[in-house]
Amino acid sequence: MSAALPIETIGMTKRFGAFAALDDVSIKIEAGGFHALLGENGAGKSTLVKCIMGFYAPTSGSLLVDNREVAIAGPKAAQAQGLGMVYQHFTLVPSLTGAENLVIARADVPRLIDWGRERAALAAFMAGMPFRLDLDRPVATLSAGEKQKLEIVKQLSLKARFLILDEPTSVLTPAEAEEVLGLLRGMTDAGALTVLMISHKFREVETFARSFSVLRRGRLAGGGAVGAVSRDDMAAMMMGERRIRTVAARSGSPDPDRTVLQLDGVTATDPSGLRRIAIDSLSVRAREIVGIAGVSGNGQKELADVLGGQVRATGGRVAVAGAPYAGTRAESRSRRVRFIPEEPLRNACAPQMSVAENIGFRAFDRRTDGRTGFWLDTGGLRRRARDLIARFGVKTASAEAPIATLSGGNVQRAVLARELTDPVDLLIVVNPCFGLDFAAVSDIRSRIVAARNGGTAVLLISEDLDEILELSDRILVMSEGRLVYETTAAEAEIGAIGRHMAGHH
Amino acid sequence: MVAETAPSVVTAAATRAAPAIRALAWLARRAEAVAIPLGAVLVGLALFGLFLLTLGKSPAALVDLVWRGGFGSAFAWQNSLQRAAPLLFAGLCVALPARLGLVVIGGEGAIVLGGLAAAVVAPPLSGLPAPLVVAAMALAALLAGAAWIGAVGALKAYRGVDATIASLLMSSIAIALANHLIEGPLRDPASLNKPSTLPVGEANMLGAMPGIGVHWGLSAGLLACLAAWLLVERTTLGFSARIAGGNVRAAQIQGLPVRRLIVGFTALGGACAALAGFFEVVAVQGNANATLAAGYGFTGILVAFLARHNPLAIPPVALALGGLEASSGLIQRRMQLPDATILVLEGLLFLCLLIGETAYGRFKIFSPHLWASRKASAT
Repeated sequence: MSAALPIETIGMTKRFGAFAALDDVSIKIEAGGFHALLGENGAGKSTLVKCIMGFYAPTSGSLLVDNREVAIAGPKAAQAQGLGMVYQHFTLVPSLTGAENLVIARADVPRLIDWGRERAALAAFMAGMPFRLDLDRPVATLSAGEKQKLEIVKQLSLKARFLILDEPTSVLTPAEAEEVLGLLRGMTDAGALTVLMISHKFREVETFARSFSVLRRGRLAGGGAVGAVSRDDMAAMMMGERRIRTVAARSGSPDPDRTVLQLDGVTATDPSGLRRIAIDSLSVRAREIVGIAGVSGNGQKELADVLGGQVRATGGRVAVAGAPYAGTRAESRSRRVRFIPEEPLRNACAPQMSVAENIGFRAFDRRTDGRTGFWLDTGGLRRRARDLIARFGVKTASAEAPIATLSGGNVQRAVLARELTDPVDLLIVVNPCFGLDFAAVSDIRSRIVAARNGGTAVLLISEDLDEILELSDRILVMSEGRLVYETTAAEAEIGAIGRHMAGHH
Repeated sequence: MVAETAPSVVTAAATRAAPAIRALAWLARRAEAVAIPLGAVLVGLALFGLFLLTLGKSPAALVDLVWRGGFGSAFAWQNSLQRAAPLLFAGLCVALPARLGLVVIGGEGAIVLGGLAAAVVAPPLSGLPAPLVVAAMALAALLAGAAWIGAVGALKAYRGVDATIASLLMSSIAIALANHLIEGPLRDPASLNKPSTLPVGEANMLGAMPGIGVHWGLSAGLLACLAAWLLVERTTLGFSARIAGGNVRAAQIQGLPVRRLIVGFTALGGACAALAGFFEVVAVQGNANATLAAGYGFTGILVAFLARHNPLAIPPVALALGGLEASSGLIQRRMQLPDATILVLEGLLFLCLLIGETAYGRFKIFSPHLWASRKASAT
């Protein structure tokens, strides 16, 4: 087997317009190193590895492979240089066997494949691998751990001598994660491979990596040898100095006597059965914003799906205003519950229907006497939409334009206009400002705080920690499907939040 | 109230825009739905013209024959309208589920089963007054069609089975089942060379509408189109269906009963198609036989797509295609072209139409929001 490659980035910078996703990042990984890349969502980790793999052309800066400067034009060029990447989501063909997947991944597959010869070659190759895999089974029948191993073997069979792993353990059970990372660590120790691993988990980093770097807002925030830096310091590097800003003046304090949302012992699982959540207890009171922080993929989506009525809880009790709540239209109407999912254009709007129609989604079937109407009041819908468009400052060519023609911020304004009119007792909102521009962000956050000041109980599920810190009265941290930490905003300590987000509790 | 406390940043452009521009924008958005299908039809006709030229036939002669055969005389009109009637129902069977985002192409099966159900209930009720028998026949047809296509909807809603494929396969089953019954257990022993069910009885037949000589299915079909349009565009139920068709996740998050809507709209579409079969039996054939599967269900797919699933656009389209099919006999005789020539034309039109579907939103002239963005950046 050929030797591991040393990799170095020098002043790597990537700008998107005025926004620097990656700003002057220099990282050196020696041959046979096992390097961990840490950082929050949006810190620039993916941008960095995409620059290395040639998906992005860096704005400035250079890449040294084997101590020589190289320009990587694309993933194929990266492969030719001996660089490989294992993605978070599997890139195997499920209906083909492991052997077939390995063969078709090659750039030089002959038109006519001599399977006897390929099999013999693969057998010889696998004999030199620490991974044990049955290559004759269809990939669909493999477990997640076996698929992950096959992905790694695929890269190695493509002669990768430097391997990037993007959160490799997010789809694995702890035992599988242990095994896969242990084998990789063994290969680096043998000098056959250099590894760069994106991770959120301190424990993993400390057990398997030899060195680490932390990115924060596109910049290198620190790094060094694993073991030389305490977990608290690593968390501090990730979180940085944060000012807790307040966009809208808060008025009044949470009403201790009125618990609006109450979850007890709620368990649920996503359709794949891989991610489970177990919420022992969660309550939101009137005039209170409870923020749920966490690294994405730690069960926030499943929690939101349960509250939005998309997934049935497998156990426990969800109660709104003291009575069980399953998220039906009748329940959300009578208890005045509003749910604003993430990515509103994808999840809360019909893109080709007009802005006016989209604004009408919630109230179109309710007559003034509160009963369900049969005839659609099209004139009323249009008048109401025009009024709300003006009041919420939705910038659109007209109320009749398809909502897909609006900018992200204006789609979210239209959704807020729909959901925040009429009295609201409970507002559940997920990543409300993801991908929006600055003006839209402050506008939308103001409206959430204004709702809270008006007496609404707000559950804010967000992967943006700044947003959580800015808006919340109380902060909870979600990790691996559980609520692992709770603090009031006043006593919030960034280091503690960061440690719990990184699975250290 | 929550909303007033937050700052209102910008006044909506809509409130500033001059009424003339707004009227123009309104017109442009609607013009797109006419211009693109029309353009597709023209391209399809041009391709068909080329096809005729390669056969050594004159496209001009064909146009002339279509005109004369479809619309050139009172008789031609009668023939065209008679053929348009079932197309109205068959078109609705596609257009109604389409509002929920389902492409149902198995209306033919519902037509056949509807006709068969209507024919089967008549003989046992032969002693009763005719209006009662006809009502029972209509009811039987409606139930059969609703159950058949509703089952397609249920398969989609509860098991995730693709509605297009399911409806097509269910249609084959329906036609085979009907043929089996008509040639076997339900066969009228007196029907010798054309296997049929027992006659529904002369007294129970619906005559032609006075004056135009076309059966009542035409006016019933027009009423059904109007009712379907009202349902889709003017009721809360229709609005719910459009939300679910526009984005099923958004509909679920709004707590709308998406599954029941899917089953309901497919059942309604099936009931419409079944009425086509009912009128074939009660106004044309007098019994159920193999001619029920005359292809109206498949032409109905073309009707619905040409009408962009707008029930009010179905009647003119159905009339045009009814005329086209009415002229096929004349074309066959005069131009020595095979019967299937009209099917080639329909196939070409459909292909062009599907390609045209990808053109929506690509033309600036039909997209007022693009005019506005230019104006906004200029000011």
